[in-house]
Amino acid sequence: MSVFGRFGNWVREGQVWGSVFRHGVPRDRRTRAMAVLSNVFLHLHPVAVRKSGIRLSFTWCMGGLTFFLYLVEVVTGVLLMFYYRPTVEYAYFDIEGLRAYVTLGLLRELHRWGAHAMVIAIWLHMLRVFLTGSYKPPREFNWGVGVILMVLTLLLSFTGYLLPWDQLAMWAITVGSNMARATPLLGYEGPLASLVNIGGVPLVHAGDDARFGLLAGTFVGPNALLRFYVLHCVFIPVVATILIAVHFWRIRKDGGISGPL
Amino acid sequence: MIESIWTHGLVAAGDSNAVKDAINAICQPHWFFILSNVALFVFLMGYRTFTKPAFALFALLAFTAFYILSALDPDFLSIIIKADNVPITMMMYLTGFFAWLGFRQSAINDTRMEQGQPLLEAGSDDKVLVWPDLVYTEMIALVLCTVFLMVWAVVLRAPLEPPANPSVAPNPSKAPWYFLGLQELLVYFDPWIAGVLLPGLIIVGLIAVPYIDKNPRGNGYYTFKERKFAITTFMVGYLIMWIVLIVFGTFLRGPNWNFFGPYEFWDPHRPAALLNIDFRDIFWVRWMGRAIPTEDWSGIPYYLVREAPGIALLLGYFLVFPVVLKHTVFRRMAVQLGGIRYGIMVFLFLWMLLVPIKMALRWTLNMHYIVAITEFFLNV
Ligand code: HEM
Repeated sequence: MSVFGRFGNWVREGQVWGSVFRHGVPRDRRTRAMAVLSNVFLHLHPVAVRKSGIRLSFTWCMGGLTFFLYLVEVVTGVLLMFYYRPTVEYAYFDIEGLRAYVTLGLLRELHRWGAHAMVIAIWLHMLRVFLTGSYKPPREFNWGVGVILMVLTLLLSFTGYLLPWDQLAMWAITVGSNMARATPLLGYEGPLASLVNIGGVPLVHAGDDARFGLLAGTFVGPNALLRFYVLHCVFIPVVATILIAVHFWRIRKDGGISGPL
Repeated sequence: MIESIWTHGLVAAGDSNAVKDAINAICQPHWFFILSNVALFVFLMGYRTFTKPAFALFALLAFTAFYILSALDPDFLSIIIKADNVPITMMMYLTGFFAWLGFRQSAINDTRMEQGQPLLEAGSDDKVLVWPDLVYTEMIALVLCTVFLMVWAVVLRAPLEPPANPSVAPNPSKAPWYFLGLQELLVYFDPWIAGVLLPGLIIVGLIAVPYIDKNPRGNGYYTFKERKFAITTFMVGYLIMWIVLIVFGTFLRGPNWNFFGPYEFWDPHRPAALLNIDFRDIFWVRWMGRAIPTEDWSGIPYYLVREAPGIALLLGYFLVFPVVLKHTVFRRMAVQLGGIRYGIMVFLFLWMLLVPIKMALRWTLNMHYIVAITEFFLNV
């Protein structure tokens, strides 16, 4: 046995290694099962899965990649938060400085392209789930969870789009959030909103309608920036993380990846 | 610098105006939309043939050749190399590839079922251990994905335009690319439909899918033959009304949201398209030969009188048409689904169908609204 091999064995037989991995080297059925069972991350998976379910051409690994891209977004996002201040004075210049002065200034690129990739991946994941009929019983509910996750993913992308506070950001969000102005009953240019009044005094106007709620103002300004920042960095990720946990839990409870009955 | 040398050097080579004009012409909204639909339906009808690897390879090469040749055109190139548009090129390739992969397996499975052979997914009771069979696949996917992202991040800088300025609106102002399909619908619908109602219906409709698709077959394996209606409807929604509209909104909409062919310069001074007549004009003026009513009529407010024809049309569409469908094309499905499920299905289906209907009305009659109660912003 080579020096490295001997050294490897020495490490694996020592107390430190044994305290972390409470099973032998995964070389036989029992230790391989233990490798999955005794690891908090891996035990998202069952110990054994149906052969057809893990064929790459069946799942395209798209759900897994969506999740991986989500993790990339979380990690790069947290790192970005060290550099970025969500105020009109600083936001743009923090982003600019990130490019100019920060070592590993790729952070922002990774975060932005990862977000685009996640949007594409989640759509493809939905496409594969549809084409394999995997939303059919007993997986109806998990499909619904997935749809909400897709909406959250788009909202994450949308709220993040504003943060660089450049022209692209401001006007894309202006176009997008103008839609809220047209919400039926709740937007001040929405259908029938003028009927929501008390004795002729309108209850829905530019200063309190759905768009105002979204932007904390009547235009995309400092309040909108702060609001989108909090939604983007805290609120939506927390909800999405919880729902992803539900999604994964339900995949197992619904009998694992679907296959012909 | 390199970019400009490249484009200038190649403009001369890529200048074949007749072809470009023809392509510009068929990219107009109506042709683009109709041809995409035709392409999709031809593909679905011949899916067993068209998914053969030779065909797929040919389509891939043809599209790539088209794309590369088009990139010789400076106007086209300037659009596709915008950093935020790069994902759209990726999306087109990935969507094409995975749609092919899915339908290829459906074709194989459908043929196998006819011949009494086992499915691709057969042997689903054979189990394998997650370690190593799954975790290794996952790890390889993860490494490849990381490499891909890293390369992308090194090669392409994230865009950063001048600082936000509330008083200078860029023209065109575009929503983020994944919402461009909805922004495109603004051409045909008011914001309350394109921006609020339709997105809401998409979400509700998607969640409702498993509850209104009662077809027990095709659960857990690729097939097209056993689920033709469900898959066709979904593909029209996904490929045409989402992906194609995004591509259209990105590449072919310029200043003032005017249409520009792929090889046309985005001229901000091109006048906006002129609208448009409402259904009430057609009904009262053209058909009845009288002025549009402006008075209340036996207690009914004038705007309801004025819009009565359009309202009748919509009521007929959403209330009578479903009954007709129930006894004709959807007869078998209506029996299978039962009243409530059928009602929900047909409601969602008709909303989806209203999109191409409204488009067609615009292209043929230049029609703006079917019902226009502008008094309450209630325009359909
Ligand atoms: C953050 C977003 C999401 C993540 C991280 C995620 C992750 C996953 C993963 C890892 C799987 C295992 C199988 C596979 O990889 O295909 C899965 C399965 C599934 N996903 Fe998702 N998903 C997401 C969004 C969605 C969406 C948008 C839908 C549908 C609209 C959806 C519906 C389903 C269903 C029904 C299954 C079970 C499929 C089967 O058993 O074959 N998920 N998801």
